Amino acid sequence: MEKNKTQVEEINRNIYDIKNKDDYDFKIKKGLTKEIINEISDQKKDPDWMREFRLKALEVYNKLELPTWGPDLSELNMNEIATYVRPKSKLNTSWEDVPEDIKNTFDKLGIPEAEKTSLAGVGAQYDSEVVYHSMKEDLIKQGVIYTDMETAVREYPELVKEHFMKCVPVYDHKFVALHGAVWSGGSFVYVPKNVKVDIPLQSYFRLNSPESGQFEHTLIIVEEGASLHFIEGCSAPKYNKVNLHAGCVELYVKDNAYLRYSTIENWSKNMLNLNTKKAIVGKNAKMDWVSGSFGSKISMLYPMSILNGEGSKTEFTGISFAGKGQNLDNGFKVIHNAKNTSSVINAKSISKNGGTCTYRSLVRINENAKNSKCSVSCESLMLDDISKSDTIPVNDIRTDEVEFSHEAKIGKISDKAIFYLMSRGLSEEDAKAMIVRGFAYPISKELPLEYAVEMNNLINLELEGAIG
Amino acid sequence: MSEKLLEIKDLCVSAGEKEILNGINLKINKGEIHVIMGPNGSGKTTTANAILNNPEYTKTNGKILFEDEDITDLKTDEIARKGVFMSFQLPEEIPGISVTNFLKYAKNKITGEPVKIFAFKEELKKYMEELKMNPKNMERSLNVGFSGGEKKKNEILQMLVLNPKLAILDETDSGLDVDAIKTVSKGIEMFKNKDNAVLIITHNTKILHSLKVDYVHILVDGKIVKTGNQDLATIIENEGYGKYKNK
Repeated sequence: MEKNKTQVEEINRNIYDIKNKDDYDFKIKKGLTKEIINEISDQKKDPDWMREFRLKALEVYNKLELPTWGPDLSELNMNEIATYVRPKSKLNTSWEDVPEDIKNTFDKLGIPEAEKTSLAGVGAQYDSEVVYHSMKEDLIKQGVIYTDMETAVREYPELVKEHFMKCVPVYDHKFVALHGAVWSGGSFVYVPKNVKVDIPLQSYFRLNSPESGQFEHTLIIVEEGASLHFIEGCSAPKYNKVNLHAGCVELYVKDNAYLRYSTIENWSKNMLNLNTKKAIVGKNAKMDWVSGSFGSKISMLYPMSILNGEGSKTEFTGISFAGKGQNLDNGFKVIHNAKNTSSVINAKSISKNGGTCTYRSLVRINENAKNSKCSVSCESLMLDDISKSDTIPVNDIRTDEVEFSHEAKIGKISDKAIFYLMSRGLSEEDAKAMIVRGFAYPISKELPLEYAVEMNNLINLELEGAIG
Repeated sequence: MSEKLLEIKDLCVSAGEKEILNGINLKINKGEIHVIMGPNGSGKTTTANAILNNPEYTKTNGKILFEDEDITDLKTDEIARKGVFMSFQLPEEIPGISVTNFLKYAKNKITGEPVKIFAFKEELKKYMEELKMNPKNMERSLNVGFSGGEKKKNEILQMLVLNPKLAILDETDSGLDVDAIKTVSKGIEMFKNKDNAVLIITHNTKILHSLKVDYVHILVDGKIVKTGNQDLATIIENEGYGKYKNK
């Protein structure tokens, strides 16, 4: 029987694709030279130590090679990327003061609304600078700091100097070095000892300017016995030429502390997302990652937990969804570096319409990490015959006194399951969407509610274009 | 309005290269319970799947009419929305959606109307008590980790909730103990009224001990070779299918 095929090349990403005029206050010329770095430093009125730091990072960048593994990055030409775009807005503490077109964008993304209903604080970055930052009064009283990174450099130089790019050193890889040279914006969070921040803080990063990059730096310090849930969202409208995101996230989870870091990344499909995230976890502390990766043309993202303290724990829950033209090379890294540490990794991926999902991971259990546990589960779902899925785990276990398990499953949507659901009155599209949503459910239930809803909408939206 | 619900005319069906049904004729009126019996491999499950137009099977000849409308080539979901339901021999496991949410969703698709939550939950509760189902299962993923018996009861629950005009029960009794078979029979009795019909597909006669049926059809090698009343089932129970084979 002939089936009707509806093949939609490029789906409407509606709200995410709202393009504002590229109307900036200052845009640095394209390319990456010492002069350009100095110009960025001038524009940002960096202290001397930061200017020197940037220039040193540039040197490291020039020495390092592109990664020799993973997706092909040859289309990235730094001479075509403007690394600093200052929006026509200062940093505001009231949405009323944010220029209208920028505010409208965040309105449509639902940020001010979420701030009212479910968040304790919000930061919003537009291109290279943060345009809005605010936090509830009672957290300020308890000594919590939540501000943009530039303010932190100015007002908390000692804290910043002690932690900035110490967890993720510039020589880690080429794009971290790049980040060190051109970073701008991002959020700084400091939660004092024993302070529990019960309601999440959220930073949202929006890149509007074409042929540019976003290099925000997020630095979070959760002191002993304190706890925090931090949410990060990102998106951009689609342009024909490549955009670059090379952010950096450094998380310090001190003894007995707890940090949950949730991300929903929905970059446009001309974005190269080469982001670096790392956490250092102290004694009996716990670091949880929740990650949804939907956008980008190429993504290389491997958050990392370093379990340095005895009894420290980490859990990673992540999902990637790759459609036409997308190559999402995502995963997780964990280093067990002390006794009685434990890690749980639960990764899922969905690929359709020729998209590629790769799960790439590193689990290292050092000799000193006796009596540690690690369990890895990764599952992939391919929605058609032209999509790809791969699993590349590296497990480096240097002691026998561990419990380690690894489970990997790669599969397709079952025709029998589709028939079963259709026999209950669901159309083929509804049936597939239900199966995919069900597959993603263990991850989506970990996301903040509005993001879980957004993820389900994205799945529906993406599938409308995928049903053949 | 005709009393006729389903009519199958000279239906031939193949799966891959293999011809399974060769010329089935069957008429089911409102208010009737029919049974198709037959040895393994005779085409019983194929008949059920063909009515729902499972794309794994190809119809090479014949027609299927439902309330005088040709449904031969309709999509499975369209047939379901016309009022045909099938209880599966091996119900699929669907992770990540609870039984309650699934049924709510399916009922909305079948009726085309919003489901009234309170009444719906009351209805579910009532049916589950009758079917002796564990209420905890309702919040579990659809069929995931259910025992064979739980899956079959869950199919009957779906039948009751979706309330079709024609319910096809494919080997719903197989693999069940005596008590579970009685519960399933009770579910069928609760469902049955003068405006709907049931087609039971089975290879044994156990379920017929606790259920009164109107017609029994014997299916052998893809053809209905004999039709009778409930007594025919008793004869088969005693004598087997031997005398209908290889004719």
